[in-house]
Amino acid sequence: MINPVAGVGGRVGLKGSDGAEVQERAFALGAVARAGERATVALRELRSRRPDAAVLTAAGAMGEDAAREAGLSPMVVYAPGDPTSAADTVAAARLLAPQVELLLFAGGDGTARDVLEAVGATVPVLGVPTGVKMHSAVFAVNPRAAGEVAASSSRLRDAEVVDRVDGSTQLFGYLRVPDIPTRVQQRKTGSSGITPDAVSGIATDLLDLAGPGGPLVLGPGTTTRAIAALWGVDVPVLGVNVLADKRLVAADVSGDELLKLVSADSPAPARIAVTPIGGQGFLLGRGNQQLSPEVLRRVGLDRLHVVATEAKLAALGGRPFLVDTGDPELDHEFPAYLRVVTGHHRTTLYPLERQ
Amino acid sequence: MSAPSPRTPVEPADARIAPKPRLRRFHQARWDEPLIFELTSPGERGVGVPVPDLPVPDLPAGLRRSEAPGLPEMSQPHVLRHYLRLSQENLGVDLNVDVGQGTCTMKYSPKVNDGFVRDPRISELHPLQDESTVQGVLEILYRLEGLLKEISGMDRVSLQPASGSSAIYTNVSMIRAYHAARGEGDVRDEVITTQYSHPTNAAAPKTAGYKVITLMPDADGYPDIEALKAAVGPRTAALLITNPEDTGIFNPRIEEFVRIVHEAGGLCCYDQANANGILGITRARDAGFDLCHFNLHKTFSTPHMCGGPAAGASAVTEALAPFLPRPTVEFDGSRYHLDDDRPESVGKIRPFYGVVPNLVRAYAWIMALGGEGLRAVAETAVLNNNYLISKVLRIRGVSLPYAEGQRRIEQARYSWEQLNADTGIHSEQLGYRVADFGTHYWTSHHPYLVPEPMTLEPTESYSQADLDEYAAILAEVVREAYEDPETVRTAPHNGPIHQMRGDSLDDPGTWAVTWRAYQRKLA
Repeated sequence: MINPVAGVGGRVGLKGSDGAEVQERAFALGAVARAGERATVALRELRSRRPDAAVLTAAGAMGEDAAREAGLSPMVVYAPGDPTSAADTVAAARLLAPQVELLLFAGGDGTARDVLEAVGATVPVLGVPTGVKMHSAVFAVNPRAAGEVAASSSRLRDAEVVDRVDGSTQLFGYLRVPDIPTRVQQRKTGSSGITPDAVSGIATDLLDLAGPGGPLVLGPGTTTRAIAALWGVDVPVLGVNVLADKRLVAADVSGDELLKLVSADSPAPARIAVTPIGGQGFLLGRGNQQLSPEVLRRVGLDRLHVVATEAKLAALGGRPFLVDTGDPELDHEFPAYLRVVTGHHRTTLYPLERQ
Repeated sequence: MSAPSPRTPVEPADARIAPKPRLRRFHQARWDEPLIFELTSPGERGVGVPVPDLPVPDLPAGLRRSEAPGLPEMSQPHVLRHYLRLSQENLGVDLNVDVGQGTCTMKYSPKVNDGFVRDPRISELHPLQDESTVQGVLEILYRLEGLLKEISGMDRVSLQPASGSSAIYTNVSMIRAYHAARGEGDVRDEVITTQYSHPTNAAAPKTAGYKVITLMPDADGYPDIEALKAAVGPRTAALLITNPEDTGIFNPRIEEFVRIVHEAGGLCCYDQANANGILGITRARDAGFDLCHFNLHKTFSTPHMCGGPAAGASAVTEALAPFLPRPTVEFDGSRYHLDDDRPESVGKIRPFYGVVPNLVRAYAWIMALGGEGLRAVAETAVLNNNYLISKVLRIRGVSLPYAEGQRRIEQARYSWEQLNADTGIHSEQLGYRVADFGTHYWTSHHPYLVPEPMTLEPTESYSQADLDEYAAILAEVVREAYEDPETVRTAPHNGPIHQMRGDSLDDPGTWAVTWRAYQRKLA
């Protein structure tokens, strides 16, 4: 599935290619659409490795042309409008998802967001990088690598879909992508680096800390999500969720609901687990404002646990943790070094910058 | 018979590397030898055991198998061919300029020392012989302990550990016994290490039941001393630290680290895996450490053996000597004997006295060099490293992160971050391509704190021409990365396997260390 206009903004100095207005300006400035060309490279590689692969796609520039150019005989299952729009991406993705092993799309962060909206985690996805912005971790390192990965089978991992909105990077959710580290690009601002052994060690320690019946508040992020998944709990990706004894107590809670939950009587005091998100090292105050100063004070900072794999800490590139709870006094109560749970009986002392 | 020339006149592209060595044309074995279990042929046998004439009494029921073991069925020549083919798929230390296996101290293992080991006076010894009949080997062990005491400054040494990790585990066991003897065993349950120490410094104490705290490096690459201050306390059992760390950077504040931990009541344990650059120059004891260990297969030239048996040595101060593994080798002025009556000992780390063949090799190596020779080893290793650094840093796209202007000791961790930004090529891919020229390199332990890492450790064993050849190979591969990245991306080309999958190394759901597990997980 190709977003034919992906990347047109980049070559003429625009920050992206999303929206008809930007695309018109890009073409007026002399932009040429190259997404189809790059997708063809990926599809050629796919054909050379899996000549028998059945390819389903959308008509014309949205996939069919590139597939034919690559020597494939695709089955066309969707006819987009002219010109194509984000609505076509969403509609085509929904139509394709239930029928395919892998949804290969060509585009940038905007296209990835459309795919996320359309199919979520229901189908393995891989991006052929053809956009202007590709901060999401769902893209292969180049079109040929995309074809190579598409032709092989691999375990899957959650990969962040992020996009720059009004000058800041926002996390929109997670797609399931093939996990071949040298072939699939890690996110630019901090990779997830989740390995099953590290996550299971962190999960064991959290369970020991929480104790029987102890409420465990999990902030958003790949690490916390993987922990919940290990316990068989599928939590909403962007929310704050409360578990106890490996079971979901409340999903996607608001700050007020959370305050009630952590204030209620429980067999063991509530604990909070957060993981740095956003790649800038923020622990609190970006994407998890539900963990309000009131909630944090009620639980106590000594029962706030930071969890991250060593790879995730390494990807911070030495940048310290940041907190911005909205209560400067509380921010100052954080110690200069936090013990980050990185595995079973393993912690790393990581510095926190108090602003 | 004339041997084919191993060299062809392919010139490296980077003209700044001079004089230009010729690059080796190399091809790995062309076959991909199957697992021995896949070669089984039902009914095939290595030995036809004759049916006995006499009736054989039945084994007790509890000792009898209900079914035959699931071993491969093969003839002797098939077994021999299998292992010979495997041995030829090897890019081992005796086959290449092995400076790329950073942190492993790949040096030449003198073959003359194998002669001592094959001598019947060593090879035909049995560990259950009475000690009066093994005085010679006991003398070698006793003297080797004496040499390592001198090299480390410590008071006693155990030669029982089978490897570096085994020696670290031995040291952790002694640390635990020490605190237990002082009534603090339950309280002191934390061990501190650093991110650039060898990973076993975290893994061994964790295996021994400790909680492990890792310190990150500061902006200059030194372990963060403020983090150490935040980490120590009444729960601190010990600091386990490598110095120089795997970046090749020597921690100039090491005595301060030791003091901070001692003041908190913890012990300090020096991982001397990187001792090759400091032999005869500085000692663990002089920096105030209580324990240390050596990897005899690194610093003291015994073979690495690909997972065992290597050899390790644990060295301690007098205060920790009661906890050494038993037996120790003692000398009463006329006879050598084994002292098994050590009530506070941590017990046996492995049966008998350790990996004796490697202890003999290490003894022979040290005796051949002498004190001055050991110092010359360190000086040459450091000189080689700094020579190679000067050559590698002239190559496009590489950098040497941390401690700018500071010399590295015996190894260096480089970064190909710029090359990756310019070309999309990862360090790992560059490493695969290097194998097409008959050598290799290793990136780094995980996690990759240094982006796109490469760790080189040219020991004293390599000549200037060897180092020039290695640098020329790197320069050529980097030229390809910039001009023809696809060649690098699809490497190795001259090997039996062109694309490898690493996910089975870190995924408990996928990894298989036995044939049975492999089949189960494949299903």
